[in-house]
Amino acid sequence: MSITLNHISKSYKKLKAVQDISFNVEPGELFGLIGPDGAGKTTIFRIITTLLIPDAGTASVAGFDVIKDYQAIRNTVGYMPGRFSLYQDLTVEENLTFFATIFGTTIAENYDLIEDIYVQIEPFKDRRAGKLSGGMKQKLALCCALIHKPKVLFLDEPTSGVDPVSRKEFWEMLKRLQQKGITILVSTPYMDEAALCDRIALIQDGKILEIDAPEAIVNKFPKKIYNVGADNMYKLIRTLQGYEHLYSVFPFGEFVHYTDKRDSFEAADLKSYLKNAGLTDISIEATQPNIEDAFMELAK
Amino acid sequence: MKEENVIEAEELTKAFGDFKAVNAISFEVKKGEIFGFLGANGAGKTTAIKMLIGISKPSSGQATVAGFDVYTQRESIKKNIGYMSQKFALYDDLTVKENITFFGGIYGLSRAKIKEKREQLISELGLEDISNKLVGSLPLGWKQKLSFSVSLLHDPKIVFLDEPTGGVDPITRRQFWEMIYKAADRGTTIFVTTHYMDEAEYCDRVSIMVEGKIEALDTPKKLKEQFKVDSMNDVFLKLARE
Repeated sequence: MSITLNHISKSYKKLKAVQDISFNVEPGELFGLIGPDGAGKTTIFRIITTLLIPDAGTASVAGFDVIKDYQAIRNTVGYMPGRFSLYQDLTVEENLTFFATIFGTTIAENYDLIEDIYVQIEPFKDRRAGKLSGGMKQKLALCCALIHKPKVLFLDEPTSGVDPVSRKEFWEMLKRLQQKGITILVSTPYMDEAALCDRIALIQDGKILEIDAPEAIVNKFPKKIYNVGADNMYKLIRTLQGYEHLYSVFPFGEFVHYTDKRDSFEAADLKSYLKNAGLTDISIEATQPNIEDAFMELAK
Repeated sequence: MKEENVIEAEELTKAFGDFKAVNAISFEVKKGEIFGFLGANGAGKTTAIKMLIGISKPSSGQATVAGFDVYTQRESIKKNIGYMSQKFALYDDLTVKENITFFGGIYGLSRAKIKEKREQLISELGLEDISNKLVGSLPLGWKQKLSFSVSLLHDPKIVFLDEPTGGVDPITRRQFWEMIYKAADRGTTIFVTTHYMDEAEYCDRVSIMVEGKIEALDTPKKLKEQFKVDSMNDVFLKLARE
């Protein structure tokens, strides 16, 4: 196992940040921690990067124990924290040289690993890190986390607040790093990114709701889901909330996802109910659940 | 009768030296509309919003917000809009009640009005049990819902929401959007930015900024037709990558 957590718990005063969490990440795997802010994702990262001692449980990374062998772990892993943590008043190149030197290596030695990311920021190598745009900061931080050729890469919310185009590019970079044999643990609050991981853990309020491949989690969804559309979204939601057979209704893009309490659902019944309520342009079609549906059902 | 516009912008521009962060954008937002203001990081959204809420003076162009001019009536704009962002929320070390009272006072509401609004808001959000708790102790989702309600305390014509749902769990994110629909249904205009493309689909109309300019503006349905794709995510990727 590349990463192992056994019954890890951590509290801050009264707040139980992480409660009895266990999971394994295989070598070479791209594993996602998926959950909202406050779920406990950063606490998990801080424990397995040896920056925080758990209250209970054991954990190891690349075969090293997080408490006993903390120095070995620090040499073996790369960590990109959620908050930009490079030296703002050093230039791009100085930051990278600094991190390479600390780990006893040089930029040249592991250049192949960072090349396709670094070339994008190289034109700005003499600019101070504090003056970079958000997207460029993120690329520099990733280079610095990779410069000592880590076996395991930890990325805490690398795409939070990042627009969809830059997010897509970032995930393409991660896939390429995975192909070079690096084990990656990444966290994100964006559920659509879950589908890009080999396996994911859905977490909320310090607890794991489910661990599996994303498609397997979706396949376990217990209900049939229907895309329901109408001319007025707000009225549609309000009307459905008053429907006696409703199990759940959640807006999803231009439609709502509707599930029914009954095993035998008649679209025609619902359609006439909505029509009587004054809605028009009504459409009802079966659709596939996604990770957000699964998360919401599990979090209930 | 002509539909009432709450925002009218004409060739609105903000330059920093030679760099035009916002380059001659023109658009209108109608009363009660949910208007999605999208764009990549660095496209100029924040600069544009700062001009519209009266905290940054445009370099050129014209705009009115809630009927007030962005050059000469900036104080009136601030009194007539609501604003919330992911970063500026409420005071963590005041209670729910204290925050509502404080912001009511800032907006210049009378004591009686504040009391009425406070009770109404607490009951609508179901916060009766925790109204005396410090805001800092609430989960992020609750803070964001409360923050949105507080931004509506003074019944503004328009409310600006800057990434209101970032990092929020999927259920709360949807409850938040129900609150947005409800406010729009009552006639409040909503101006919202988001990086969740499914939320772009909830908007009546969406504009997409690329490098300081508005490159697309229409209903989500028409934008998808125009770019011949199935989702707003694909519209966004197509526009911003070309």
